[in-house]
Amino acid sequence: MTDFSAPGRQVEPVGDFSLDYAPAPESTAPVRLGAQYGLFIGGEMLEAASGQLAPTVNPATGEALAEVSVADAADVDRAVVAARFAWEGGWRDLPGAQRAKYLYRVARLLQERSREFAVLETMDGGKPIRESRDLDVPLAAAHFFHYAGWADKLDYAFSGRRAAPLGVAAQVIPWNFPLLMAAWKLAPALACGNTAVLKPAPTTPLTALLLAEVLRDAELPPGVVNVVTGDDATGAALVAHPGVDKVAFTGSTEVGRMIGAELAGTDKRLTLELGGKAANIVFDDAALDQVTEGIVNGIYFNGGQVCCAGSRLLVQETVADAVVGRLQRRMDTLRVGDPLDKNTDIGAINSQAQLDRIAELVASGVAEGAELYTPPCVLPERGFFHPPALFTNVSTAHRIAREEIFGPVLSVLTFRTAEEAVAKANNTPYGLSAGVWTEKGSRILWMADQMQAGVVWANTFNRFDPASPFGGYRESGYGREGGRAGLLPYAELVA
Amino acid sequence: MSSGMSSRLAVNKTYKQFVGGAFERSESGRSYPVVGAGGELLAHAVRGSRKDVRDAVAAARSAQGGWAGRTAYNRGQILYRVAEVMESRRDEFCAEVLRAADGCSQAAAAAETAAAIDRWVWYAGWADKFPTVLGGANPVAGPYFNLSVPEPAGVVGMVAPDEPPLLPLVSRLAPVIVSGNSAVVLASERSPLVAVTLAETLALSDIPAGVVNIVTGRRDELVPPLAGHAAVDSLDLTGCDPEQAAAAARSAAATITRVVSASSAERQWADEAAQSPYLIDAFCETKTVWHPKAR
Repeated sequence: MTDFSAPGRQVEPVGDFSLDYAPAPESTAPVRLGAQYGLFIGGEMLEAASGQLAPTVNPATGEALAEVSVADAADVDRAVVAARFAWEGGWRDLPGAQRAKYLYRVARLLQERSREFAVLETMDGGKPIRESRDLDVPLAAAHFFHYAGWADKLDYAFSGRRAAPLGVAAQVIPWNFPLLMAAWKLAPALACGNTAVLKPAPTTPLTALLLAEVLRDAELPPGVVNVVTGDDATGAALVAHPGVDKVAFTGSTEVGRMIGAELAGTDKRLTLELGGKAANIVFDDAALDQVTEGIVNGIYFNGGQVCCAGSRLLVQETVADAVVGRLQRRMDTLRVGDPLDKNTDIGAINSQAQLDRIAELVASGVAEGAELYTPPCVLPERGFFHPPALFTNVSTAHRIAREEIFGPVLSVLTFRTAEEAVAKANNTPYGLSAGVWTEKGSRILWMADQMQAGVVWANTFNRFDPASPFGGYRESGYGREGGRAGLLPYAELVA
Repeated sequence: MSSGMSSRLAVNKTYKQFVGGAFERSESGRSYPVVGAGGELLAHAVRGSRKDVRDAVAAARSAQGGWAGRTAYNRGQILYRVAEVMESRRDEFCAEVLRAADGCSQAAAAAETAAAIDRWVWYAGWADKFPTVLGGANPVAGPYFNLSVPEPAGVVGMVAPDEPPLLPLVSRLAPVIVSGNSAVVLASERSPLVAVTLAETLALSDIPAGVVNIVTGRRDELVPPLAGHAAVDSLDLTGCDPEQAAAAARSAAATITRVVSASSAERQWADEAAQSPYLIDAFCETKTVWHPKAR
């Protein structure tokens, strides 16, 4: 493990002012935690047949927040049966306008309870409250609102074809955007007339369970959405269940490979949103102050625990020193700590396991000869934290330039020509996202053409919207979420 | 001299594979007999090898960028040109279909050939339209320009069905290449000859070398190396039996390769349902580009 306590550069005071902020903790009062949580099946919270419980931990403190059920194959079967019963029992035949109204209700209820959701998301997952409050929760509501409007307009989505529902969708989601990923999965599935069994990540089940409450308050018919919490075995049982017609998975490429192999030879549809190693490319004519903010947002947003994170900075040689200098100065001002503090920029790493993985890769970077910079910062004594990190002298062969780190770690590489930037950017099995920074319009469009990536952010980074398709090329998966393209994974086009 | 000796002796065609724009035998030197509907020997086709598949994928990979870089108008004209050249060789295709297919009537062979030609014409016209229909501007909640466009996935590995010998092959191939993909096609094992004749047509139609590669031989030998090849971006397993398809999908999963197969509606080859812009989309990736708007 790398020792971050070594003295780094000191923050230079500006005049006589101290740059410290007073603590501004968000209140946890809106959140009412249960001691134990069951499974949401057929419209009710049921005790798991497995009888098994596992704690879900607040990564900022290391303390358990509650105990959550670990569904076994029998529980999964109950959920799939409930989903199928709901589908055949009426949801698939419900007029689109009715499905739309349910989804609009969900969007509104989410907005009404947004503060509660944001605080709970931050408590369970460790992301800064600023992000869960301003991005995760509002975007989740926006996704339900967007797809609500599609439910009764499917006949206009694919000219010449009718979009028919598939049946029961099994949806396995990750821990980095727990509520938002639930919304990305459920909203288009329900809009198209499918029912769903949602499996949240083991470390972040609580907002999905709170969402179940919202669904019940919205009077969504029982069984249309079921939530089964649990571990990898729960997910595997769900994906393999013969009553499932469609599988949607967001998570690691490794698990994506396993699911693809599991589904081979079946009629189940599959969409995957997997890992990434995005290049964020800076040309020498770019507006460097904006670039600095863009790079920071690209890699330190949600502590870099983002599949589309701009984890490889490709900077044109002539401005490399200027960009790295600006970055280091900006990193010195990033505030790492209590995710519930409204001033916090980088919260907790989601779990001890993830922190270990980040530390292992950082250590490999140092061992392979790259130069590590971390700003001087005091990490909280409890919980799982990692300071923002930046590597220079990185070669394309280094593990930190090839492997997804999923943490606040940036690798800086340089290039001379646009062609070289393209070659380096595409030199990865992944293809989820890319960033391009230049003031030259024609170059932006040429670069956008060259990028083997599903999302290209030009002079911006990490923007998301329900109307905008998201998803990857190559080993970053297949299928899109968002917009009209996001309907396709949940519909069969019938002549 | 007897009249039999003086009648003109036919010049029989050697049916070779089509890889990288060239007609070649297998590097393995192998061949296999292809018999007609009546059990008569039609020809010895090339029995391609794993190495041939890998060579074909390499040829497809190196041709793909240039093909995708052509203008949509140009790709459309080239696909239309395929239809023109096929039309001029209609009799030959009819005869090939007739020889290959069990119990095929003259009228059915003529209809299949005509439908195959018309399918090229239909997809040729999509070249400069499918991005308009499948992509577009997205009204995001912020001051951003946001545009989604379908782009070719890259190299598509395709397994052609046996029956009928021509129309399914064309119905699956045209939507793959119109967007700028390149293809490695495993021809029907039972009826590969018409696929080779199609390759000759493609070679005369300004389709750049390597954009379409056609390998002939045994599926049990050729599907595994194609499905497991890391440089194959998408697979169309329409011609595989269920067991082959399952094995191919399992090995494709190792490199997160998307697997596509014709639906039962699409297998009504002569129907309009067998052709669709969404079939073009099935072999595309959606790319979305964001840019801020500011003074």
